[in-house]
Amino acid sequence: MTKACLSCHTEAGRHFKQSIHWTWEYDNPVTGQKLGKKHLINTFCTNARGNEGMCAQCHAGYGWKDENFDFDDENNIDCLVCHDRTGTYYRVPNSMGNKACAVMFQDREPIQWAKVAQNIGKPGRENCGSCHFYGGGGDGVKHGDLDSSLKFPDRHLDVHMDAEGLNFACTTCHVTKQHLWAGSRYNVMARDTEGLGLPGERRDVATCESCHSASPHANTELAGIKLNGHVDKIACQTCHIPSIARGGVATMVDWDWRSAGKTKNGEGYKEKNYTQGNGAHRATYKSIKGDFTYAEDLIPHYDWFDGQMLYTTIDSRFQPSDGPVEINGFKGAYDDGNSRIWPFKRMHTIQPYDKGNNTMVYMHLWGDDEDAYWGNYDFARAIRVGMEQHNIPYSGRYDFVETYSFWPITHMVAPSEEALDCVECHSRDGRLDQLEGFYLPGRDSFRWLDILGYLALGGALLGVLAHGLLRKLFADKHRQGEA
Amino acid sequence: MSRPTHNSKSATVRQKGEKHYVMLYTRYERFWHWSQALLIFTLFYTGLGLHGLHDWLDFRTAVTVHSYAALALIVLWMFTTFWNFTTGQWRQYLFKEGVMKVIRFYAYGILVGEPHPYKKGLQRKQNALQSLAYMSFMLLIGPALWSSGIVYLLYDVWSGYRWSGQGLTLIAFIHTAAAYLMGTFVIIHVYMTTTGKTPTHYIKTMITGYDSIELTEAEKAYIEETHSVSIRD
Repeated sequence: MTKACLSCHTEAGRHFKQSIHWTWEYDNPVTGQKLGKKHLINTFCTNARGNEGMCAQCHAGYGWKDENFDFDDENNIDCLVCHDRTGTYYRVPNSMGNKACAVMFQDREPIQWAKVAQNIGKPGRENCGSCHFYGGGGDGVKHGDLDSSLKFPDRHLDVHMDAEGLNFACTTCHVTKQHLWAGSRYNVMARDTEGLGLPGERRDVATCESCHSASPHANTELAGIKLNGHVDKIACQTCHIPSIARGGVATMVDWDWRSAGKTKNGEGYKEKNYTQGNGAHRATYKSIKGDFTYAEDLIPHYDWFDGQMLYTTIDSRFQPSDGPVEINGFKGAYDDGNSRIWPFKRMHTIQPYDKGNNTMVYMHLWGDDEDAYWGNYDFARAIRVGMEQHNIPYSGRYDFVETYSFWPITHMVAPSEEALDCVECHSRDGRLDQLEGFYLPGRDSFRWLDILGYLALGGALLGVLAHGLLRKLFADKHRQGEA
Repeated sequence: MSRPTHNSKSATVRQKGEKHYVMLYTRYERFWHWSQALLIFTLFYTGLGLHGLHDWLDFRTAVTVHSYAALALIVLWMFTTFWNFTTGQWRQYLFKEGVMKVIRFYAYGILVGEPHPYKKGLQRKQNALQSLAYMSFMLLIGPALWSSGIVYLLYDVWSGYRWSGQGLTLIAFIHTAAAYLMGTFVIIHVYMTTTGKTPTHYIKTMITGYDSIELTEAEKAYIEETHSVSIRD
């Protein structure tokens, strides 16, 4: 199939091989960190590395199941996963899993290759969504602002992707150039001061400003001028995405690996005790993964963000006593000149780590072998093998550590009339209550000044009341004296 | 309006220092006073809301009203400053002798029925304490509010500087502190209006502009000659 595509699109293969969808690797030019799914620890199934047989279902190539995958062979590219317009193409794991995972692909119709081949086109939401809606191991699990409800969203859920309205595809904003997409999560443009740029489309960014300009509110009214004044410190997303996971699909907010491995009669099992907005039942416990907590219509976590994520990678050391490990912490401050207040989905997880070396661990989860956790439910063995496979030092002792991951929110943009009111932040106990170090009108005050102010106002009131009373008393007395 | 015959007759009969019912506060002065009062009440009410002390007005409306009222007040003050200097009325606010006497009167004399130690006149509309209070209103409280307010309104012009965080804190502090002083001033000022012959006497004066004051022979003669001040006798 791919050979047929490349016989005409002769440069596409070369272009696509530069894409992160293919390399799963990103060298951060600022921090020097080697990132990408190929390397990273995450707070869901913890690591794709070594589990490619399962995880690389979402790699846009055929057959990545271990370290021997050939990244040079253009014929390994899977064109269809993005360009099939029938919605009937699907992918299966690249290698066999254990019996514990056997039920995952039941009831799928065989792919009708002729039909698929004759209906290719530019990617629609369902193409990108086939992976990006299901990150973290299920619908909406990872992001909170990306889930299957965005296949056919209404205006209220996403004003741009509104199926009856603008009906944007992902690539309307995530513009491409030679199979490279704008809008990287590893190097976020947290503040776009260029705005519209020169006439014609900018092909380098997916920012709101690149269409809406850097002063998008009406300059003809005072409130609009004031709102435009916010643009340098507040990301558009902060006000225009009032909450996430509001399309009927829940997002996961907490995952506890410690309880994984319980069996009934020697078999793994699931409990589905959460019913989400669209009626689907979500697993709150899986033997292979542990306990889950979900949220819908979730108010994001807000913080200053300069666009630079700082990852805790497999070789990062940390002190567990310092509190939760930020798997992708980030920088930002109100006075660094680059940061804006951004919304995030914050994921809390309790997951295994190397107790001796104070590092995170790779687990061998997937495989039709005795060592895979998804089969033997043995953390000690899965971690030892996962580390050994990639020659990473392991003390042999594991425990569990709390982690956070942060997912910048940028989808599910509500119509303008549903954007946040000023008072959501400009008030006591408002959304920005936990952000410190700057004066926010309506939220902040000066304690001693207020006390002095009340004393002055109250004192003046009491004083004049007392004076008036005395005047009245003396006047009455005077009148009686006259009488 | 007084008739010339009546005036010429009374001039011979009346003694020096007689009281006349004259226009003490001109039309512009009263317009200034009452529009300023309205704007200050508006600003204080919306300002308290913006400070987070009440939520009887949504934040966006409060910001809009507060900003426009502030701009209107600044324009009014610019006109009034012009008026004060072109008419020479600014001299009314200069320091006068006898502040302690006036304070003693309000603390004690007013209770036992003593006469006010200060006689109102065309060129001395305010007693010594009033002058001092209005002077500090115009030179301290007012400027602290409008200068910090303008800088506050222009936040977006200087928000890019590194010191903008501390700058905003400082500006907010000055603005809030001056607002409390303004509130205190207004409470006392409003109460003081009730200390005239009757509780509403001063308020009526400020509405009609007329009050009964002593005129010197020279003032009276000047007014009769020029009709520069209207008299209702």
